[in-house]
Amino acid sequence: MFENLSDRFNNAFRNLSGRGRITEDNVRDAMREVRTALLEADVHLDVVKEFCDEVQRDALGQEVTKSLKPSQEMIGIVHKRLVDLMGPATGEGDTPIMMVDPGPTVIMMSGLQGSGKTTTCGKLAAYLKKRGKNVMVAAADLQRPAAVDQLRIVVEQVQNEAKGNARVEFYGEPDKCAEYGKAVGVAVQVCQRALREARQQKMDVLILDTAGRLHINNELMGELDAVNRAINPHQIFLVVDAMIGQDAVNSAKAFHERLAIDGVILTKFDSDTRGGAALSVKKITGAPIKFLGVGEKIDALEAFHPERMASRILGMGDVVSLVEKAQQEVSEEEAEKMAEKMSKGKLTMDDFLKQLRSIRRMGPMKQLLGMLPGVGSALKDVNVDDKQLDQLEGIVNSMTAEERDDIKLLNKSRTRRVAKGSGTQTSDVGRLTKQFEMIQKMTKQMSGSGMMGKMKAMKEMSKGDASMMPGMEGMKGLPGFGSGRASTKTKSHKSRFKPRKKRK
Amino acid sequence: MGLFRSAVNKIRKGLSRTREAFSGGLRGLLFGKTLSEELIDEIEIYLITADVGVKTSTEIIESLRTEFRTGRVSRGEDAIDYLKQQLKSRWSDVDRSLAVATKKPTVILVAGINGAGKTTSVAKIAKSLRDEGRSVLLAAADTFRAGAVEQLAIWSDRLGVEMIRGATGADPASVVYDATDAAIARGVDVLLIDTAGRLHTQENLMRQLTKIRNVIGKKIPDGPHEVLLVLDATSGQNAVNQAKIFNEAIDITGIFLAKLDGTAKGGIILAIRETIDVPVKLVGVGETPDDVEPFDPDAFIDAMFDRGE
Ligand SMILES: Nc1nc2c(ncn2[C@@H]2O[C@H](COP(=O)(O)OP(=O)(O)OP(=O)(O)O)[C@@H](O)[C@H]2O)c(=O)[nH]1
Ligand SMILES: Nc1nc2c(ncn2[C@@H]2O[C@H](COP(=O)(O)OP(=O)(O)O)[C@@H](O)[C@H]2O)c(=O)[nH]1
Ligand SMILES: [Mg+2]
Ligand SMILES: [Mg+2]
Repeated sequence: MFENLSDRFNNAFRNLSGRGRITEDNVRDAMREVRTALLEADVHLDVVKEFCDEVQRDALGQEVTKSLKPSQEMIGIVHKRLVDLMGPATGEGDTPIMMVDPGPTVIMMSGLQGSGKTTTCGKLAAYLKKRGKNVMVAAADLQRPAAVDQLRIVVEQVQNEAKGNARVEFYGEPDKCAEYGKAVGVAVQVCQRALREARQQKMDVLILDTAGRLHINNELMGELDAVNRAINPHQIFLVVDAMIGQDAVNSAKAFHERLAIDGVILTKFDSDTRGGAALSVKKITGAPIKFLGVGEKIDALEAFHPERMASRILGMGDVVSLVEKAQQEVSEEEAEKMAEKMSKGKLTMDDFLKQLRSIRRMGPMKQLLGMLPGVGSALKDVNVDDKQLDQLEGIVNSMTAEERDDIKLLNKSRTRRVAKGSGTQTSDVGRLTKQFEMIQKMTKQMSGSGMMGKMKAMKEMSKGDASMMPGMEGMKGLPGFGSGRASTKTKSHKSRFKPRKKRK
Repeated sequence: MGLFRSAVNKIRKGLSRTREAFSGGLRGLLFGKTLSEELIDEIEIYLITADVGVKTSTEIIESLRTEFRTGRVSRGEDAIDYLKQQLKSRWSDVDRSLAVATKKPTVILVAGINGAGKTTSVAKIAKSLRDEGRSVLLAAADTFRAGAVEQLAIWSDRLGVEMIRGATGADPASVVYDATDAAIARGVDVLLIDTAGRLHTQENLMRQLTKIRNVIGKKIPDGPHEVLLVLDATSGQNAVNQAKIFNEAIDITGIFLAKLDGTAKGGIILAIRETIDVPVKLVGVGETPDDVEPFDPDAFIDAMFDRGE
């Protein structure tokens, strides 16, 4: 199936030397790869077609910079184009949630069934509470059984668990609930009463949770329309499940035509979806992507970064998110020390073990793998077994301190001892040390060089013999091992992205 | 023996609607035309936009192209027939009815990702069974999501079907344990278990699901008799991973394709078939307990080539 886009590009451009122009012929091959990559990421076909045409226009006749391979140039063009189309990042150019004065600012949620509206109401309330805004959340879903209860409980969680001292209130009329399709229209009055209540209580924000509905259900779409007319919300958000496929454009289009969407929130990004819906929905509505939902808890709301999304859609891995995750595990100091060691090729088995442990603490390996370059596609076959990782730890633990400092000390008899101590075979130990030496070499290369060097090292790494690593069958090398850490030296998101942004 | 025999003759509103519109779709495009490379490209668009996926679509289209180039398929109508036969051949003629245990109770476990439609599907299955005169016990094993137990309790009330509940935050496996005991003690025909939505990437939650399955197996050696994965018909390519990983965790016996009443075609089940051999058994076509139908490959494929929105 899909492999790393850069590999595919290399293939498409293999007949072209480092210099020269990108021509129609070699671009056509490359564009087929882009098309496949985008379709596999669930970007809508029409959007893909338009995108490819535009990129082709951009790319044709581009002078290939001497230092770059045409394939890299193309990736740059594709990536940049995606970023431009999906941007801006959360809060770039506007505040994520625009406030009106006098309040309350009214926000209305909309979307298909099960997309995550109710949960997101809670997340937004928590977000606003933290920023000192008094929030009321009103239950206007009278269709789904217990939807009012669900929202009430979610609001209680925000009251009890979210940071900040601002007031968070729930508004609901559980007695107005009806069986599916029977209480259509009642939601309008509930929203009106909620607004009155919010005004009276001097709330800064009122969030309306509406029932999920199909964009082709006229009656229920009409209800949303009626709420919109009666209340005139300041902002209407469309909540979209990030795992949605080609149909994203149909529903987004219908909701947008009815309501004129002001912002999009993509949920369930904690899954392994490539998230092409981000591009489709942005294209259809033109509305900025305001937030990403990354979990079921009320604080699982993240800002949207088009650069990361572009990498994810292209299957290039989301290194930045990985780095951020790693940062939560490793202190700045530790990271600096590690980076220093790596640049000198002085990585020891102890460091290795430490990193291995923190990688494991970071969460499910598969989720992590999805964030790494070159392995996004290998993901489906990856079988990371925690037990095998235990075995690996066992091997390292059976080494003496000196051996862990200098792996070269491991001669035959020492190897035998280590194998015995860890209950493994000498071949297991041998494999580990060999792989470790490779990593040592590569991390050195990586931390020493700039962006391009890193990419090169990544590529080499992804060619590494994965099966050599116990516990990481199918995982190409031990990617990201230390590599992300090295770049923790750059601190803000902005600066981290500079190399990519600058590239023309 | 199978359930849902009676359901076969039901409303079928979702699919008949699309069948009528079918003439406006691919058939309209191809009917009375001589097949060409361009028309074949058009057909590919239908497959891709139905979420069939690049790989599966390409395979199907390339085989059609070969037939065309060698002159075996030359008319538009023939292309449709060829396609349908190609697509259908991917689904073996299996028994799509729900399993029934030789000894009561039959245990049906329902799982899937967040918001897929599990609880509603449970209500739909419960009603169908009830209407066939079977006694049903529901188990509310989603102890995690806010209001999840209340949601199922409302269905239990509306349908007049009893339910075993656990406290919010309780171990779902212990709720299932109690429910299995209760099902045996009460001598019900079917125990129907609703679980919390979870992403296939959440390993701990997937392990929890395996544990739930094992708890049933300990009490009822050949159970659960049916393990249904509820898939959202709007899902994109990621559903292949969903199916694969849920299958690894709980050995699914069938797929319930929910939300097929929208404009999404659910073509992802063709791609899923390339990965796991599990039949699609039921489709959801609305939000009421009546909105369920047995999966019909013919009607499904027809609907896939329809453009009548
Ligand atoms: N149109 C349509 N909506 C459906 C269908 N099945 C479920 N829904 C709706 O989808 C939403 C989510 O359904 P639930 O049954 O609560 O889904 P779930 O998988 O139990 O969700 P969680 O327990 O929150 O993970 C609800 O609004 C349902 O009414 C269907 O076949 N068609
Ligand atoms: N993993 C994950 N689950 C989510 C996210 N947002 C919502 N959910 C879950 O998706 C399901 C449907 O969400 P809900 O808010 O009830 O959707 P609604 O029907 O649109 O109101 C629930 O099980 C939520 O817990 C998210 O960002 N990540
Ligand atoms: Mg809701
Ligand atoms: Mg549920």
